[in-house]
Parts: sequence; C-alpha cells; structure tokens
Amino acid sequence: MKWLSDDKLSYLRTIVGNPDFSSTKYTFVKELARGGMGTVYLAEDRELNRLVAIKVLNTPEVTEDLRNRMVREAQIIARLEHPGIVPVHDVGVLPDGRVFYAMKFVRGSRLDEYASQNAAQRDRLRKFQAVCDAVAFAHAHGVIHRDLKPQNIMIGSFGEVLVLDWGVAKILRTPVSSEADTLIMPPAENNNGEATTSVDTSHGTVIGTRDYMSPEQARGEIKQLDERADVYSLGAVLYFLLTNRPPAEAKPRSINPKVSKPAEAICMKAMARTSEERYSSASELSADIGRLLDAEPVSAYKESAIEKTSRWVSKNRFLVLLVLAYLLMRIFFVFTSRP
Amino acid sequence: MDPDTDIGGPLHKFPVTNHSAIVGARSDDQLVRRRAFDTILASYWKPAYKYIRLKWQADNEDAKDLTQGFFANAFEKNHFASYDAGKASFQTFLRTCLDGFVANERKAGRRLKRGGDMDHYQLDFATAEDELASHASTSLSPEDYFHREWVRWMFTMSVDALRRRCVESGRSIHFQLFERYDLSDDGASVSYASLGKEFGLDAATVNNYLAAARRDFRRIVLEKLREITATDDEFRIEARSLLGVIL
Repeated sequence: MKWLSDDKLSYLRTIVGNPDFSSTKYTFVKELARGGMGTVYLAEDRELNRLVAIKVLNTPEVTEDLRNRMVREAQIIARLEHPGIVPVHDVGVLPDGRVFYAMKFVRGSRLDEYASQNAAQRDRLRKFQAVCDAVAFAHAHGVIHRDLKPQNIMIGSFGEVLVLDWGVAKILRTPVSSEADTLIMPPAENNNGEATTSVDTSHGTVIGTRDYMSPEQARGEIKQLDERADVYSLGAVLYFLLTNRPPAEAKPRSINPKVSKPAEAICMKAMARTSEERYSSASELSADIGRLLDAEPVSAYKESAIEKTSRWVSKNRFLVLLVLAYLLMRIFFVFTSRP
Repeated sequence: MDPDTDIGGPLHKFPVTNHSAIVGARSDDQLVRRRAFDTILASYWKPAYKYIRLKWQADNEDAKDLTQGFFANAFEKNHFASYDAGKASFQTFLRTCLDGFVANERKAGRRLKRGGDMDHYQLDFATAEDELASHASTSLSPEDYFHREWVRWMFTMSVDALRRRCVESGRSIHFQLFERYDLSDDGASVSYASLGKEFGLDAATVNNYLAAARRDFRRIVLEKLREITATDDEFRIEARSLLGVIL
C-alpha cells in the first residue's frame, strides 16, 4: 500500500467531496462556495457551451415524492422572470442521490464587496431600490425569500442587481396549490462565516442568517412568516449599506453621521420589531427609497419646518441659486443706479 | 414533523447500513461479532499503533504488544458492544478505551507477551514503523494525530479496495489512470491529452475513465465509513470530518 502524503490526502478528500456530474450535461469546473446546507459549484453546460452555477443540496436519497415537489418548486422559481432574480435553468438528481439546481452564473461582486469599495451612498440606495423591486416582484408571485443578506445579492459587471439563493424561499400562494410550502434548494453561503443556518425551535425550524433575520423568523414562527419578514431583512441590508456593518442595536446615524435622518427612519421602520410596524410590502419600501432619492418627503419620517425648507432648497438648488443671483443683480442695480 | 419546517423533507435520514460493524459488535451471533470485530481491527489497528508510539512514547515492541493486547482484550470482553453513539463518535470511544487500556497496563507494570493464550493478529507493524520513521514529526495533539492517521488509513485502504475492484471487473486501466493522475506526485500537472497518449486513449475517454474511478473511489470510502459508524448522525459527522462533505 502506497503511503499517502498530507497533500495527497487533502487532494483525495477534495476529489471525493466533489459532486459527480457524469450523468448530467454538466462538467465540473470548481467549487465556488461551501456552507452548512449546500455547496455551489461552477460547471460547464456542455450542450449550450456556457458556464452555470450549480447548487448541490446535502440531502441524499430522494424519493419520487420529494423529487416531484422539488421540480414543482423549481418551476415556480423559474417562473419568477425578472431581471433582478437569478434564473434557474435546471433541476436534477446526482448518482449519489443529492439534488442539484443549475442557475445562471453571475459574474460581478457581492453587495458586501461592492459596499467595501466605497460606493457613494446615493449609488448604494439605487442598488438597494433595485433589490427591493426584485423582492417585490417575487412577493407579487407569492414567494418570500427568507434569507436576504448582502452575501446573497450580486452586482453584475454592468451594474445590474441580482438576488440569489432562493434556497430557503417560502411559497405563500401558488396557482397549482394553495398549500404553503418551503423550497429546499441549497442556499449558497459566503466565506465570512455568515452562514445560513437551520436550527430547530419549539415552533419550527429557524432558517436564514441571524443578523438579517426578522424576530419572528428567529423565533421559528414559520407559519406566521409573510412578506414583512423579507421587509425586515431588506431593512437590515439597508442598515449594512448605510453603515458598512451588520445590523446592531446602534442606530445607523450613530455609526455613520453622514446618514440622513429620513434614511435612518426608513431603515428603522423596515426593521421594526413587530411586523405590523414595518412597511407592509417591499414595493412600499422601494417607493420610500425612491422618494428619498428624489428628495421628496418619505413616509417613515415626519420633517420639521426647517428640515422641509432645507430639503426643498436642496432639491431646488438651481432654482434657488437662480433667484438669489437675480436678487443680487437687482440689489446691485438699485445701488449702482442711485444718483 | 411539519414538512414546511423540515429542510430536506421527511426523507433526509440516511438509512442505517446493514453492514455496520459497530452494530454487528453487539450481535449475539458469535460469527457476526467476529466479522464486525475484524472490520474494526482492520480500520483502527494502524492509527492505534502509531498513537501508542506517539502519545505513550512506547518503543515499537511495547507498542506492538499493546496494540495486539488492546484489540484482543476488547474482543474477549466485548468492549465495543458498550459503545453509545449518543455520547461520542466511535473513533473517540475507541481512543478513550485505548488510553484506558494502556494506562492500566502501565500502572500494573505489565508487559504483554505475544503468543500465550491471547489472540494474535497478523498486522503489518513493519510498514507502520517505516511510516512513523519517515513521517513522525508532527505538531498535532495526540488526539488530532490519531484522527489524521485514521483518515490516512481509511483512504489508503480505499485506494487498495479500488485497485482490487478495478482489476476484478476488468477495468485495470481505470485504476492505472487514477493512480497516474490522482495519486502520483506529478499527476495533476499532466494533461488528459498527454495522459491519453501514454495509455493509447483519447482525452475524452481519459476524462470518463477518471470520473468513473473517482466515483467508485468515493463509493468505497463511504462504504467503509458506513461499516464503522453506528447511526445516521454519526455517519454524517464522520463523512463531514473525513471528506469535508455533508451528507
């Protein structure tokens, strides 16, 4: 028997751990991300000659029932045709029984990486609004994401925003069944240890990422989850974009004084402890962000008269400057035309 | 269980293998117990020997006797039947038993003599000793060292099993490719095309054969793991530890 060196051992462990795509139209390229519930691989689709991202779920031995359910779920996600939602191309079962999903391989950077590149706050808010719009689209189709976090949002090479990892999404309403269901696609995880977790509680199973999870989701109240759980997570993502830190007790302005009061108010409303106090939908949140970007009054913040004036001045800076210039000229003429 | 809250649905459980040696060790049937014991012995004797040499600073003769004595004693007294999967992994259990055995032997000032009325197993201590001589230096704790040597031994046995299976099924070339590409030191730097030339195959065939060999190798490793784990959970934990994959 040949002695296996440490390096060789490590190599063998890797090749044994890699999925066997030989029965599929995909060729393994490399591992992209690994986490507690699944692993994402880069693979080549030999038929279409393109790269895809494949998530392999950790659940072995799939029965006909589970397979049918997964296919149905993949179909529902595939129906979410939106430029901000990463498309699912394929679903299947590997020879070892593990289920996989093939998805578009997105080139670009994750939202947390994008934020670390000192992107301007206005640009961050625009990206965030695009995320809200994608999530709102899914909500309109009866699907909630349940694991929104910066690591699950990609900024593509052309600035496009894509929400990934609908791995633990919950289907609230479907045309084929009224029964609420849980997707079992494997969520990808980042390499920073901010892993998606699944923890049993007396109410149900906590699925998601602690820092970005709504209180009701953290309590495992799965049945009570609705669109507002995603609204909370969106608020947490906004918190991150405003402060470059994961959500904490401190309000955003105490971390980053450059954050405006209305921006902070939007964030805190989205992250309200009770779902009733939050925005009722992602589109409502998106609309408030739109108003913030347009320097309009936002629903989450009641302005004082001074703030209102200041905002009006800020929004109509050109007009104000024009009027000021006109007034100065008038004054100048009045004084210079005196005998 | 609420299927809504159960990731992987109600079918996530891995079936308990019928060939678990740990389960077999509890059998009333002497033959089943003997077979189970042989599997455990084959899987653990080498890491146990090296562990005794390293942790207990035993000389090679002493370590041989202690290894033989430990397994003989465990079989005679049916120690492995008392393993409780809920408390620790089998590997930890075995290592703890081994520590207890060696400590007792040392305390009693005994030196086990091979031969006599004790079972004597044919174990290749000479190879284990050679490996120790060339790769003894380690910064690992004795426990981590035991685990690493166990992993190495599992993979070594799996490579050997793959070789046998390939030869028996008339697919020797699959193993040769695996050996050349995945086991030799310069293997990964060779292209499939040049490997193909070496073996008179085209690159696509090399790819397919290698994929098949790796698939078989994976299966063998997992089979071996199933043999020496008692429950689904233990199997999963060990698979994670052994392969870095979660099943």
